[in-house]
Amino acid sequence: MKLGIESYCRITNNSVIVNDNSIEIPREQSWLTDIYHAAKISYPKFFKMDNLAKCGFLGSELVLQSIDIDKTTPKENIAVVCCNRSSSLDDDTAYQKTIQNNDDYFPSPAVFVYTLANIVTGEISIRNKTMGESAFYVMEQFNPQKFCSFAESAFLDSTIDACICGWVEFFDGNCDVLFTYITRNPKNNKELNIENLHTLYNL
Amino acid sequence: MIYQLAHNIISPLGFSSEANYLAVKSGKTNICLHENEFGLPEPFMGSVIDNEILDNEFSKINHSNTRYTKFEKMAILSVFYALQNTSIKTNDSSVQFVLSTTKGNVHLLENLNGFESNRIHLWKSAKIIAEFFKNENEPIIISNACISGAAAQITALRTLQSNNIQTVIVVGADMLSKFIVSGFQSFKALAPELCKPYDKNRVGLNLGEAAATIIYGKTNDSLPANSIELVSGAMANDANHISGPSRTGAGLYLAIKKAMQTIQPEQIAFVNAHGTATAYNDDMESLALTSAGLQNRPINSLKAYFGHTLGAAGVLESIISSLAIIDNTALKTNNLQERGTVAPINSLMQNQACTEDYFMKVLSGFGGSNAALLFKKTR
Repeated sequence: MKLGIESYCRITNNSVIVNDNSIEIPREQSWLTDIYHAAKISYPKFFKMDNLAKCGFLGSELVLQSIDIDKTTPKENIAVVCCNRSSSLDDDTAYQKTIQNNDDYFPSPAVFVYTLANIVTGEISIRNKTMGESAFYVMEQFNPQKFCSFAESAFLDSTIDACICGWVEFFDGNCDVLFTYITRNPKNNKELNIENLHTLYNL
Repeated sequence: MIYQLAHNIISPLGFSSEANYLAVKSGKTNICLHENEFGLPEPFMGSVIDNEILDNEFSKINHSNTRYTKFEKMAILSVFYALQNTSIKTNDSSVQFVLSTTKGNVHLLENLNGFESNRIHLWKSAKIIAEFFKNENEPIIISNACISGAAAQITALRTLQSNNIQTVIVVGADMLSKFIVSGFQSFKALAPELCKPYDKNRVGLNLGEAAATIIYGKTNDSLPANSIELVSGAMANDANHISGPSRTGAGLYLAIKKAMQTIQPEQIAFVNAHGTATAYNDDMESLALTSAGLQNRPINSLKAYFGHTLGAAGVLESIISSLAIIDNTALKTNNLQERGTVAPINSLMQNQACTEDYFMKVLSGFGGSNAALLFKKTR
C-alpha cells in the first residue's frame, strides 16, 4: 500500500519540531502547558486531560496546523490511530494512589477515565470531529515497521482517506511523541515507510 | 476468506466454549455479590473466576518454574485449550498472537508480589503469554477499551488478508481487581443486583472475569459445514464524549453500516449487542440499531450471564454467538423483564429458533469507540 506522510510533529522532553522547523517554547510552567501556550491553542478541555492525552492532543494539534481541515464538521473519512509503550501507566499510577489505603480512599472518576489508553484517541477525535476508526496499540518500543502496519491497517477500511497516526508515550515524567498525518495521495514526496519514520523519530 | 479454526472460553461458567454455551442456553450465571473481595471497602456484584480451580487447571499445563499472574494464567489456559484439537504449531513464524486487554496486570501496581516492575506493562505480559507457546513474533496488543475484543478480530482479518501470516490467535482477557472495580464504582456505573440489559428498570452493569480465544485461519477453498467465517468488521468513533455514549448512536451506526455493506437486515439471524445495562449505552444502541434497520431483528445481550468482561467481551461474546447460530438459536437477554429503550428494539426475552446464516456482533466503549463484526455460518 502506498501512503504518504503529509505532515509530522516530534515532541521530546526538550524540543518540538514541526515539519522540519524547530519551535521555540518559552519556559514558564510545565513543559506540556508551555507547548500549549506557545502553539496559541485555545481549548480549555486541555487542562483536565491527563499527561498522555495532553501529549496526544498537542501532537495532533501541531501536526494538523499546516493541514486544511475543518474541525467543526463531522468527517467519516479520517481515522485516529495511536500507539505507545506504557499504555496509560502514568495515570494508572496516579489513580492507584487514590485507592491504595482504605483509610485514605477517594477514587475519582475524573482520574479513572484516563486509565484507558485509548481515551487519547477519543480526545483527538472529539477535537477534530473525526468519525473514522480509532485504535490504540501497545508495543515494547517505537518500531517503525509496526507503526507503518498500524497506519496501513486503518486504510484497509476503504472509506478512510486520511489518518492522524501517532506514537504517544508519557511515563515517569518523560514525554516521547511522534505524530504524522497520513494520506493516500500525499501532496509531497514523503512516503510512509520504515526509513522515513526512523529518520523522523530520531530528529 | 478467514474463518474460526478453534476457540475457547475460560469463565466462572466453565473452561470450554461448549460448557459456557450450554450454561448460557440454560439460563445460568455466576454473577453474585462479592463482599470484602480485593480489599474493597464496598461490596459489588460480579462474576469472578475461582483462583483455586484456575491454579489447579493451570498446574496441569505449566511445567516450568516461571510464575504467572492470574491474568496470564487465564489467557494461557484459554489459548492452550483452544489449540488442543488443532495441528497448529505455535512456534512457526506464520502464527501471530493478538492480545486484547484493557488493563492486563494493573493489579500489580498495588503490590508487585515478587514480580519485576515491568510486568505491569501490557507488552511484557503479552510477551510472556506468547513465550509460553514458543511463538517468536512480537505480539500485537490492542487496548481499545470495551471494543478491544472486536478490534483484535478486525486486526486478525486484516493481517490474514494482507500478508504471509497463516494463523492468528486472538486472545482477549481481563481480570478484576481493586483498581478496576473501584473505578467503576466511582463512576456509579455498577448495578447492586443482577444487571438488566435493555430493561426499563436497568440501573447499571456488572463486571466479570474471563479469557477467550479464537484461532483464525484463511482458506481459498470452500469451508466445511458449520464453520464460522468472519466476513467483515469495522470501527467508528462518536467524536462526542470520552466516557459517555453518543446520544444519537451515530458512531455505532456508522460502524454497522460499514460492516453490513454486502447484506440486508433480513439475512441477519440476530444481533449480539453490547447491552451493558447502563441507561445511556442501551439507549444509544437502540438508536443505532434502528438507524441501521435492525430494530426488528432478534437482539440480545450476554452481560447478565458473564458480566462485562472488558477486553475479553468481544471475543467471548463472538464465540457464544457462533455456537448459537450453529445451534440455530437466538439467545435471550438474561434477566430482561420489561423492555425499555428509547427506541423500541426486539431484545429477546426467550431463546428462539433462527434460520438465517449471518449474525452481527457490536460493541461500544469509552473513548467514543464503536465496532461491528459480521459473521456467517457455512451450510
